[in-house]
Amino acid sequence: MAEPATSSETGSGTASLAVSLHGVTKVYDSGVAALGPLDLDVGKGEFVSLLGPSGCGKSTALRLIAGLNAPTSGTVGVSHRAGQARAGHSIGLVFQEPTLMPWTTVRENVQLPLKLAHAPTAEANARVHAALTQVGLSDFADAFPRELSGGMKMRVSLARALVTDPDILLMDEPFAALDEITRFRLNNDLLSLWRNLRKTVIFVTHSVFESVYLSQRVIVMTQRPGRLSAEVRIDASEPRGEDFRTSADYAAYCREVSHALAPLQSGQPGS
Amino acid sequence: MSSLQTPPLSAEQATPDSRTLRLIRILLPIVVLAAGIAIWALVVRLNNIPPYVLPGPGAVFRTLVSDWPVLSQSLLTTLLTTLEGFIAAAVGGIALALLFNQSKWLEYSLFPYAVILQVTPVIAIAPLLLIYLPQQTAVIVCAWIVGFFPVLSNTTLGLNSVDRNLAGLFRLYGASRMQTLRYLKLPSALPFILGGLRIAGGLSLIGAVVAEIAAGSAGAGSGLAYRIAESGYRLNIPRMFAALLLLSAAGIVIYGLLAVTSHLVLRRWHESALGKEN
Repeated sequence: MAEPATSSETGSGTASLAVSLHGVTKVYDSGVAALGPLDLDVGKGEFVSLLGPSGCGKSTALRLIAGLNAPTSGTVGVSHRAGQARAGHSIGLVFQEPTLMPWTTVRENVQLPLKLAHAPTAEANARVHAALTQVGLSDFADAFPRELSGGMKMRVSLARALVTDPDILLMDEPFAALDEITRFRLNNDLLSLWRNLRKTVIFVTHSVFESVYLSQRVIVMTQRPGRLSAEVRIDASEPRGEDFRTSADYAAYCREVSHALAPLQSGQPGS
Repeated sequence: MSSLQTPPLSAEQATPDSRTLRLIRILLPIVVLAAGIAIWALVVRLNNIPPYVLPGPGAVFRTLVSDWPVLSQSLLTTLLTTLEGFIAAAVGGIALALLFNQSKWLEYSLFPYAVILQVTPVIAIAPLLLIYLPQQTAVIVCAWIVGFFPVLSNTTLGLNSVDRNLAGLFRLYGASRMQTLRYLKLPSALPFILGGLRIAGGLSLIGAVVAEIAAGSAGAGSGLAYRIAESGYRLNIPRMFAALLLLSAAGIVIYGLLAVTSHLVLRRWHESALGKEN
């Protein structure tokens, strides 16, 4: 499978859009219709969550945006920086699992995207150091993944996604496997990273609370094949922190999103 | 001793226990070995069994010492054959697996024949090989035939068990085939390859022995298996035992070396090489 990891249409759309999906569907070889038709526009620098029941095609949507799969129909547009450096890559991807290479150190893991792009060593070292500092792991560069806790592994995964200085960060339920305390901390860290770096983030989750806490916009998706069911804009004052997590506004937004989600959970699939 | 107190699950408590356990695991086989040798010696002495039927352990040991010049030369010959066969099996098995991994067509065309080569007993192939190949080459080919399949199948398994998401990541970052192979597939497959090599080490010795026995008295080379066959014809039973002892020691050393190598290579990251308490 050496097909280029780009989608069917790139660089299109208006200048302010980072990602735009038009009538995108995905039917797998097994005949399972996983997605769509889905229309989705994500502006540059926006933090958007895709929320839905498991198996609703959230991850499929993310893989299509990443260019790992081709859509069955429709167009996937991803904006690319003009004249970006060889070591740059416009998309960073974080999976639910840390997905680290167990046979090598944290440093080598984070450096991987740069190594694959044949980046000069000096530049690569500086970038790796910067990325590890961003996630607070600069002291663990020489550790092996198995020596780290689950939360730290996830941070390494995040550092690897950030090391190419991408415009778009795709996150596929990255904190779902972590305990709540660790998840809250990583939520806060992710928010402060986003505030500083202003990257476009598309965050897949099945947690109402997480989606409301993090995003500017929550996209609620239907059961398979996943389509847009509701859209909730979260207008909370920045920066968000523990105050927001315990505020009445937060509770109200969570209720609204839960209501949008409720008919999908009680109803029959394929609505 | 600590019967009145519930033993705490602390490290201090666990360490002496596990140490005794390890000691027992080393001591028990030695005790069994000593007992076996003692019984063997006793049976031979009490029944007055002549050495050309069953030599006692003392006689075997004396033969080992007195025939050492001959036996050591044979040991060296067999070990060299085994090593050559093993290297051929390792290189051939890994290379073939890599080729199969790069081209499905090649895999579909050739894999069945690799299986056929494996399931046909090597003892039946050896005489044929000896007709068409020079003896030294035939012996190495035999060692290769039995050794290469575990390397091939294990490497194939390893190359195919790459983490799906990691593979996706490599595609996302536009990795070339060579990069994917070098940075992803080969390291992922390494534990499997080492497992295959460990099996191949023992099998190469078997292959070498089988070929030497098939070559029999026609053999100009004089490996340990050839010594066993030769001593059998001459009813030099103590020497048969001595040669057998050396062969089995060689097998143990080969296995041990490969196991240690595997452990050293994997100890920093792979589950199989980590301590149980981690």
